[in-house]
Amino acid sequence: MTETIKDRATTPGPARTRAAGATGRSSRRKPTSGQNRSTLARIKRDRMLLLLALPGMAVVALFHYFPLLGNVIAFQDFQPFLGISQSEWVGLDNFDVIFNGDPRFVNALANTLIITLIQVVFVFPLPLALALLLNSVLSERVKRGVQSVLYLPHFLSWVIVVALFQQVLGNAGMLNTFFREHDMATFSIIGVPELFKLLITSQVIWKDTGWGTIIFLAALSRVDMNLYEAAAMDGAGAWRRTWHITLPAVRSVFILLLILRLGDALTVGFEQIILQQGAVGKAASEVLDTYVYNNGIVGGNWGTSAAVGLVKGVVGVVLVLGANKLAHVFGERGVYSR
Amino acid sequence: MSDLTVTRSNLVFGRPSLLARGARAVVLAVACLAVILPFIAVISTSLASQAEISRAGGFVFWVTDPTLDAYRAVLSGGVVTRSVIVSLGIAAVGTALSVMCTIGLAYALSRTTMYAQKPMLLAVLFTLLFSPGMIPMYLVVKQLGLIDSYWALILPVLINAFNVIVMREFFLDLPAELMESAKIDGAGEFLVLTRIVLPLSKAVIAVIALFYAVAYWNSFFNALLYINSPEKWPLQLVLRTYVVNETPMGVDDLVMEGSSLPPQVAIQMAILLISVLPMLIVYPFIQKHFTKGLLIGGVKG
Repeated sequence: MTETIKDRATTPGPARTRAAGATGRSSRRKPTSGQNRSTLARIKRDRMLLLLALPGMAVVALFHYFPLLGNVIAFQDFQPFLGISQSEWVGLDNFDVIFNGDPRFVNALANTLIITLIQVVFVFPLPLALALLLNSVLSERVKRGVQSVLYLPHFLSWVIVVALFQQVLGNAGMLNTFFREHDMATFSIIGVPELFKLLITSQVIWKDTGWGTIIFLAALSRVDMNLYEAAAMDGAGAWRRTWHITLPAVRSVFILLLILRLGDALTVGFEQIILQQGAVGKAASEVLDTYVYNNGIVGGNWGTSAAVGLVKGVVGVVLVLGANKLAHVFGERGVYSR
Repeated sequence: MSDLTVTRSNLVFGRPSLLARGARAVVLAVACLAVILPFIAVISTSLASQAEISRAGGFVFWVTDPTLDAYRAVLSGGVVTRSVIVSLGIAAVGTALSVMCTIGLAYALSRTTMYAQKPMLLAVLFTLLFSPGMIPMYLVVKQLGLIDSYWALILPVLINAFNVIVMREFFLDLPAELMESAKIDGAGEFLVLTRIVLPLSKAVIAVIALFYAVAYWNSFFNALLYINSPEKWPLQLVLRTYVVNETPMGVDDLVMEGSSLPPQVAIQMAILLISVLPMLIVYPFIQKHFTKGLLIGGVKG
């Protein structure tokens, strides 16, 4: 049954209403007089569909949009026992930690940006490299097997990944046990503040590089094999075929993912870091999200934490929109097209 | 099909050099071993006896005399057993509700003539761009009286916009003629969904269900945030306490019949493996769909 799905996705047969590109979307619309009917009549006609959508939309409204209102406590001296209505309004006082540069906030911001920089440069391109490598494996069986193994870590929780890394790399971990048994030098990386960013970067690589290839392999699978053959006939070597055929095929996906990553520039591995913060201390490991948690929910400074969270969220949206705009300038589709 | 491609491309491109193929094989093999080897050591150590662990100096890479003592200790009642039941319950209830709501929402959003379809679709899409923030979320959950309730681990994450989009794209790609003809025969939208759309969508439902189940099973931070009573802890919190933070497991945490405690490291590895096991069991059944491009729909949307 999956075969038929795949076939339909690759060969546009007559059974597919969805023609190529943007025209497909409008042609799917039935030429009914629906637009002319009154709102009430349309709601009545679609009552079953609306009923089906209702539970999901209610959850979206209650847990994705309604909490946005809670951000007003960024402008309050919020006290949980008083609630939002009774707490005192303090204007922009809570934002002082940002604009006056509270050292703990600055430390968290600096760590966040350093980790983002490291991960965009060293982690982000790895899935593409691995996908190109997998794509060059000609045996379908080997490829499937390797994919199955490398996708697996994505499904493990951060608690499991952190636990595994401790057990493997810890001072009393597997590798050190092995080295000691064989009279070799041991090492220590877990619990060393200077190496913390290296540690969490390697954890991200281990967990998500394999899974990250999925989107690139999908893009690569749509490349017409005839292009490669034609290029080979014209005398293009392996590198030139990669440069002129393979890379252009994944370019828009790559840019799309880069935009999304930039939008997340201020969000770095919250669960991953909070789990390991005790061992290395906050100076090396505090990032914006852990600052909001430690300062607000643990420390009780609700107002300032909400202010930091609000600014972080707004900057995140601005970054996505800005990066998307940039993609349009360079003639790419981006997350949404204009 | 694969054999054909192999011979065809070999004819045109010539066989890649031995060195290039060797380098590729080494890189892929190292990557696979980096994933597999830790698991082998975890399994071996969890099955090892005290004598064997002392002999190996901490970890056992290949167990010669396996014993299930550690599993018996953690699964015969006590903290771990209780948290496994909690986690299984949350994953089962949460996944069932999530899949039902996602199917309903995705199907409604795939009917482009529906009233208010566009604004609703945009509302779902926009949730991918922002999050309300940790503190406002906490306040809402608290306001709803869900603190220390299992529902706090389910309701806030009931709908994942990405999953809705993937499923909607899949529904959009189904042949419209089937649904049209059913409607001409007098079937309403609900019948079309249950009789025609869902039977054709088993694969995508399986994958989306896995995504939700994994998210519920792995949920750690929401539990840390919203669950105060240790007796309500899901497995991930127990894992953090006893394996990541290495709090020793005492007799109080286990239900033992007289005999001495199994080695701590074996107990830790047993907890670790128990927390991975559901994934290892379900994964092979679902995994084939990933490699067959089922998720392309979400990618191009």
